[in-house]
Amino acid sequence: MMVLITYDVNVTTDAGKSRLRKVAKQCVNYGQRVQNSVFECLLDPTKFAELKFRLESIIDPKTDSLRYYFLGNNWKNRVEHFGAKTGYDPEGMLMV
Amino acid sequence: MRRLLNTLYVTMPDAYLACDGENVLIKAQDEIKFRIPVHNLEGIVCFGFAGASPKLMYLCCERGVALSFLTGYGKFMGRVTGNVSGNVLLRRTQYRWSDDNNTAVRLSRRFIAAKIMNSRAVLHRVLRDHPEAVDQDSLRRAIQLLAGMPKRLEQAKDGDAVRGIEGEAARLYFTHFNELLLSQKDDFQIADRNRRPPTDRMNALLSFLYTLLTHESVAALESVGLDPQVGFLHRDRPGRPSLALDIMEELRPHFADRLAVTLVNRNQISAKGFVIKENGTVLMDDDTRKAVLTAWQKRKQEEIVHPYLEIKIPLGLIPYVQAMLLARYMRGDLEDYPPFFWK
Repeated sequence: MMVLITYDVNVTTDAGKSRLRKVAKQCVNYGQRVQNSVFECLLDPTKFAELKFRLESIIDPKTDSLRYYFLGNNWKNRVEHFGAKTGYDPEGMLMV
Repeated sequence: MRRLLNTLYVTMPDAYLACDGENVLIKAQDEIKFRIPVHNLEGIVCFGFAGASPKLMYLCCERGVALSFLTGYGKFMGRVTGNVSGNVLLRRTQYRWSDDNNTAVRLSRRFIAAKIMNSRAVLHRVLRDHPEAVDQDSLRRAIQLLAGMPKRLEQAKDGDAVRGIEGEAARLYFTHFNELLLSQKDDFQIADRNRRPPTDRMNALLSFLYTLLTHESVAALESVGLDPQVGFLHRDRPGRPSLALDIMEELRPHFADRLAVTLVNRNQISAKGFVIKENGTVLMDDDTRKAVLTAWQKRKQEEIVHPYLEIKIPLGLIPYVQAMLLARYMRGDLEDYPPFFWK
């Protein structure tokens, strides 16, 4: 399934900046960065549970937030892109 | 059932594969050209001299991603393998069966019978769909001859007899192969099946597709814990994935041959995309190779109902399913190995 993950991490403190980096790093490990704090992750339920656990143990729920949007398996019908940096389709042809 | 994951094809000659955390990176000129999480992949195929960092190889081994290196023209050069996976008892059974003439011949007969019936089905399909474009009489005769061969196979007592019938069937099939071409007939004529090096365009195309199929079959066998090098029909030879070649036999007509024909008939590739060397070797150029890879990836995602399991699966999982069925047969969970028959 495709999960869209967005986050908002409070960066007014140094600890916040560090959390932001950690959150971003985990997201990069699991999916594709489509915009600055927006990630598209093609995951099976186990991988999702893993990522969710990791992210939720990094952030501070009092100041930061995470949002998961579940786009399912027919996610291609639910996404439209306009403008620069199209990204790649993880289920499509991958050739470099 | 396992999910069909994606395969990453690297065709950029100056690319370097590296890893960053859980990501596979492709770098060129010190710039990151591509980045993808490793859990989205089940294989990486590099064409040409793409380099790879040891850390990436480590990651691939750890995650069971098949990393193969091919020359720019699709000749297999090597692959990175991790731990020998699976069950030692299963592999021991495989070795014992491979050494036992009766069992080896029995399995060989199954692979080849399916191959013959599948190539017959390919010829039959063109006779049915385009009766006006083909030499109906000779095609009908070939189909009939092929249909009779599995019965003769049953009498084959040893590997050589099976190989003999296989050779006969292959010759018959490839002499009628040109009938499958509905456009670009002159440019893609095949005289006979040849390789190392291929001397006409169709042979070059077929060899390339067979290499891709080998990559998938080896990975499939590894993932169910069988040893891809110990086969039943193909004899042991250092570096040869004999068992992969065995289970490929039944898949060739439907997977590779039909795809080759489709590419030509739909004009997705053209004669201009092939380079003919001084010594008669015929090779594909970069754009043609890309077109073939794209078509291959697309074909793998087409869904079919598996004739034995009767469930709908993407075509790309068929090598895996066949490997799994073979392993189950060896474990004694199945009474016999059901080869893949294309209906």
